[in-house]
Amino acid sequence: MFSRSDHTGFLPLDQLHRLVARLMQLGYQCLGPAVENGAIVMRELDAPDGLPRGLQAEQAAGRYGLTQDPQHRYFAWANGPQAIKPQTFASKESLWRVERDETGMLQFEAVVSDVPAQAIIGVRACDLAALALQDAHFLRDGRRDPHYARRREQLFLVAVQCAVPAATCFCASTGDGPIPTMGYDLTLSELTEGFVIEAGSDKGASVLDALHLSAATQQQIDDARQQGQAAAAVQTRSLPAHNLRDALMNRLEHPRWDEVASRCLACGNCTAVCPTCFCHAEVDAPALDGHSSQHERIWDSCFGESHGHLHGFNVRPDIRSRYRQWLTHKLATWHDQFGRSGCVGCGRCIAWCPVGIDLTEEVAALTAGEVKP
Amino acid sequence: MSSPNRIDAGAPHAATVVARTQESPGIFTLQLRLDDAAAQTAYRFAPGQFNMLYLYGVGEVPISIMSDPEERDVIGHTIRAQGRVTLGLAKLQPGHKVGLRGPFGRGWPLQEVSGCDVVLVTGGLGCAPVVSVIHYILRRRERFGKLVIIQGVRHAEDLIWREQYDRWATLPDTQVLVAASEGAAFWPWHVGRVTELFGLANFDPECAVAMMCGPEGMMRAAADSLLARSLPESRLYLSMERNMQCAVGRCGHCQFGGAFVCRNGPVFNWGEVKSLLAHRGF
Repeated sequence: MFSRSDHTGFLPLDQLHRLVARLMQLGYQCLGPAVENGAIVMRELDAPDGLPRGLQAEQAAGRYGLTQDPQHRYFAWANGPQAIKPQTFASKESLWRVERDETGMLQFEAVVSDVPAQAIIGVRACDLAALALQDAHFLRDGRRDPHYARRREQLFLVAVQCAVPAATCFCASTGDGPIPTMGYDLTLSELTEGFVIEAGSDKGASVLDALHLSAATQQQIDDARQQGQAAAAVQTRSLPAHNLRDALMNRLEHPRWDEVASRCLACGNCTAVCPTCFCHAEVDAPALDGHSSQHERIWDSCFGESHGHLHGFNVRPDIRSRYRQWLTHKLATWHDQFGRSGCVGCGRCIAWCPVGIDLTEEVAALTAGEVKP
Repeated sequence: MSSPNRIDAGAPHAATVVARTQESPGIFTLQLRLDDAAAQTAYRFAPGQFNMLYLYGVGEVPISIMSDPEERDVIGHTIRAQGRVTLGLAKLQPGHKVGLRGPFGRGWPLQEVSGCDVVLVTGGLGCAPVVSVIHYILRRRERFGKLVIIQGVRHAEDLIWREQYDRWATLPDTQVLVAASEGAAFWPWHVGRVTELFGLANFDPECAVAMMCGPEGMMRAAADSLLARSLPESRLYLSMERNMQCAVGRCGHCQFGGAFVCRNGPVFNWGEVKSLLAHRGF
């Protein structure tokens, strides 16, 4: 019997459904990987045994495609376009509403949506690192965002250690993966015969206890660790490990910005798939009867024309300045705001860029010749 | 969490237009009173801060507060009719309702400048966020040295508050320097760029503070002129403008390097922003 003092158990492959069933029993709406439009997305599971098997996600600059995993594993896909962010920082959220009566009187009322308790199964180390950054932004001391907070509090996170990183992954270089080290309730490492499962919170521990698993053997724990180390070693892309702030901010007029601007479509895909991007627009949605209006926030992108709009002119009228705004914020001035870079090495911006712009390549070109400290 | 002197968290508060003044063909002032007495009591601002004004069914805009911080009854906003919200706000009349939340941001460093000369440099409607500083100083005249008010406009007819400039010019220890790039008949002040007037400004660089608000090109030129007159960089301040939608440092539009202009600004020390101001596109 697994003892509560040692929160590492072994979940046989054919019992994965018991974990999902337990979470459902606790009232969680369970989200797990599903294939939609040729990509892995997080969708509500209908049944405890609804998780797909045998998928890998082949990714390259500007490319994402699902292939078969010869080992028929559950979690051999590296990541999909989205994981946690849409569940906490909703792509559309009502902030407040206002009613207007016949005399023109206005009555304002804050709105906090009812959201179900959710469990997300299969989140990766990069996603957890990104969540910590979103927490730092939305739950800042003295200014907690109640909408984000409400969704965040309800979350139960089942992490998975990556075994098969994509060619676009570089979390090992940013220090954010591939082994989940924080921010999860439970974490799984998938081996041939089952999962090494470990609790990272009291909530996770009580779920683990309820599964009554046998302890993982030392061999299983070692195998899992080696798998994580191997997943780090096979990553081919990287960002420099040091703070790029000064290197980038000293190169704001580098010709590479013009060069990348000539390829960038300013579509904003990179910001939509980025798990740390937090920009949002506030819009009003008035009811047709003229008596009420909802004030909503929706995801926005610094690549859009309206992002830099200012009474009659645009602060960032060209793609060069928008790409530069994005990259320098993510990798340079993010340090000023949050004490670290805003990139967690998930590689989504590389895979989902329609023209295959690779930020690791752009950084290398921009900082070429730099003397490393 | 909201600090006790503001009503800036969550939904706006209803406010009533109590007066509307047309300042120039495209510029108007709305005096607003908060409908809720408790909100009105709680509301306090510092010169240089701004409010988010909401027009029903259209949206919010950040507008700096131009009234006197001691006037507790009404809150003044001088606005250029330019976009969807401000064109709608321009049509409001006394009795009409808007939403208001605020005040937001960091205002002018008025506590730190006691005893010194104050140089105010504004361009166009940049005078609006600074006029509350003038009121503040005039109410506490003994705490400050000389007051120099420098205002530039593109066309002579763009100058608002003309009678006020005339009146301020008659006050002791107060100098008013106004320039229009394009003059007009009976224009009593300088025709040309506002920076051409800096040589006339009468202040002691050893003990002076400058506060600037206006187009960034003008502020860069003004900073050069003031620094050339030996004003230390640490006593040069400016108010910045960027797209602002949430006003609490969350929506990301106003990011300027590592700063959220709405939260860390809009007033900055020159040294905090000068390097990035040298580049277009931030």
